[in-house]
Amino acid sequence: MRVDQRLIAEMIAPRARVLDVGSGDGTLIDYLYRTRSCDARGIEIDMQNVTQSVAHGLPVMHGDADHDLADYPDDTFDYVVLQRTLQAVERPREVLRQMLRIGRHAIVSFPNFGHWRLRLQLLTTGRMPMTSVWSTPWYSTPNIHPCTIRDFLLLCEEEGYVVQQWLAIDEDGARAPWRRSIRLANLFGEQAMFLLSRAGH
Amino acid sequence: MDISASQSIADGPVYTHRTVRLDDGLDLECGVHLAPLEIAYCTYGTLSPARDNAILVCHALTGDQYLAEQNPLTGKPGWWDRMVGPGLPIDTDRYFVVCSNVLGGCMGTTGPRSICAQTGKAWDSEFPPITMHDIVATQAKLIDYLGIDRLFAVIGGSMGGMQALTWAADFPDRVFAAMPIATSPFHSAQNIAFNEVSRQAIFADPDWHDGHYRDFDAIPARGLGVARMMAHITYLSEEALSRKFGRRVRHDAATAVPASSSPSLFGEMFEVESYLRHQGSTFVRRFDANSYLTITRAMDYFDLAAEHDGDLANPFRKSQTRFCVVSFSSDWLFPTSQSRLLVRALNRAGANVSFVEIESDRGHDAFLLDEPDFDRTIRGFINGAAEHAAFLAGER
Repeated sequence: MRVDQRLIAEMIAPRARVLDVGSGDGTLIDYLYRTRSCDARGIEIDMQNVTQSVAHGLPVMHGDADHDLADYPDDTFDYVVLQRTLQAVERPREVLRQMLRIGRHAIVSFPNFGHWRLRLQLLTTGRMPMTSVWSTPWYSTPNIHPCTIRDFLLLCEEEGYVVQQWLAIDEDGARAPWRRSIRLANLFGEQAMFLLSRAGH
Repeated sequence: MDISASQSIADGPVYTHRTVRLDDGLDLECGVHLAPLEIAYCTYGTLSPARDNAILVCHALTGDQYLAEQNPLTGKPGWWDRMVGPGLPIDTDRYFVVCSNVLGGCMGTTGPRSICAQTGKAWDSEFPPITMHDIVATQAKLIDYLGIDRLFAVIGGSMGGMQALTWAADFPDRVFAAMPIATSPFHSAQNIAFNEVSRQAIFADPDWHDGHYRDFDAIPARGLGVARMMAHITYLSEEALSRKFGRRVRHDAATAVPASSSPSLFGEMFEVESYLRHQGSTFVRRFDANSYLTITRAMDYFDLAAEHDGDLANPFRKSQTRFCVVSFSSDWLFPTSQSRLLVRALNRAGANVSFVEIESDRGHDAFLLDEPDFDRTIRGFINGAAEHAAFLAGER
């Protein structure tokens, strides 16, 4: 399991109801079911991944974040997880709203477009930056809504979400030591991870 | 199975099916009380002491209970014997598998060929109209009789999937897991239309005799054969037909219309024509026209949402059943869009749903054929559900 997935799993209480949006090969929900006794389900857009997950006995359905969250009733889940996908959905704000409608908590991870290497590349070359995290050229990237950690925090504020926990991590998912300063995290964190809840919770 | 007698052409050969007879009968949705009720069934594997390892497999429109053994009527292997057996995806080393002939069928369960207790004569076309709920209620009586409180799983493709859904809707506490395959929560207008053409073909046969063909020692073989030919096209796909037959012409003097001295419009026969004729002619030997009409009508009536205030989520609210919905990409009879409708409703109900569309170019019939991804899906879903059942049992 990836290090960032382990960090996500650590945020989730045992026996919780979890929906992993973009569950990939099902690693996280398998882990949550086996080690934390969670009722963990997945939605995945890639059919091969779906088939592989179901063939491993995991409850995964074919679908995607933009179209399939609206069906669930309010408060169906304790946690709704969106890993490294927010930047690739059609309507990120709406997806977040749905996540926090159907779940009491949302766990969101995304690559930080505010990282210094990206800023430097744009400044010095005048071209769209390419790094190991942002590795596809602009004309073929699925990442249509990149944002920085500060952008995301601002959106949470506008939408009234409570940031219960956040951390910046490096590319491999290891925790980076920028917990105290948002400014530093936004400059040096390659990825960010947020645990959100609705106001009033 | 013994061939006890070979009666008239209309009755067809008579076999001794394994049957349970329930004298208290069944109240049908239409109001008719049907008694006695006979249910023909097959079982595979062993029921566990806790009686918690039973899987009910529901057959499709023209299927029967001979799931994983030689069919005594056709001599062919069981219709799903590549899926059900020791070590197979539906593993009879672990599970007790039950398959029964549907109500209204012609393989031993009460249907149009049965004797009506009131008149002492066969029902024939007077057999009361039945619904998917009646079909499932009949199966529930068999499950009661077998001493099974809750089914570990109900699995079925096509009309069998309608039954799996009906089980989950009508008996939510008796179904731990449900697998509706290549099916829909309602029968579409297009499918009703195909059924209607099938039925009109039967009615147009001079041997139909208003459904009392057996009194005339006849069967509406041409009508039923045409019905089957047309239905068979809907089970395939253009790709499958092209791959299998293309435009090849059959150069077999025995089956083609004899060449005469003058050129003939039908002097040659395309392979696809020959194939369909074969499908039609073998079908009429094993299936009863009145059963065909009764069961297709039950499919036409099927609309789970309409019965629940127009919301398909309603019958599944608070359902604890684990669902696995499977569709096939080239199935245009029960397309993926209808499975997706079902999945969305199950999500609205907050049910536990897996949903896979299997890539295949073989149309609706793909669920009966060798599709490795489909096999893996069935095996995985069953194993996952079993693990979860054991987990819940450990919790208790």
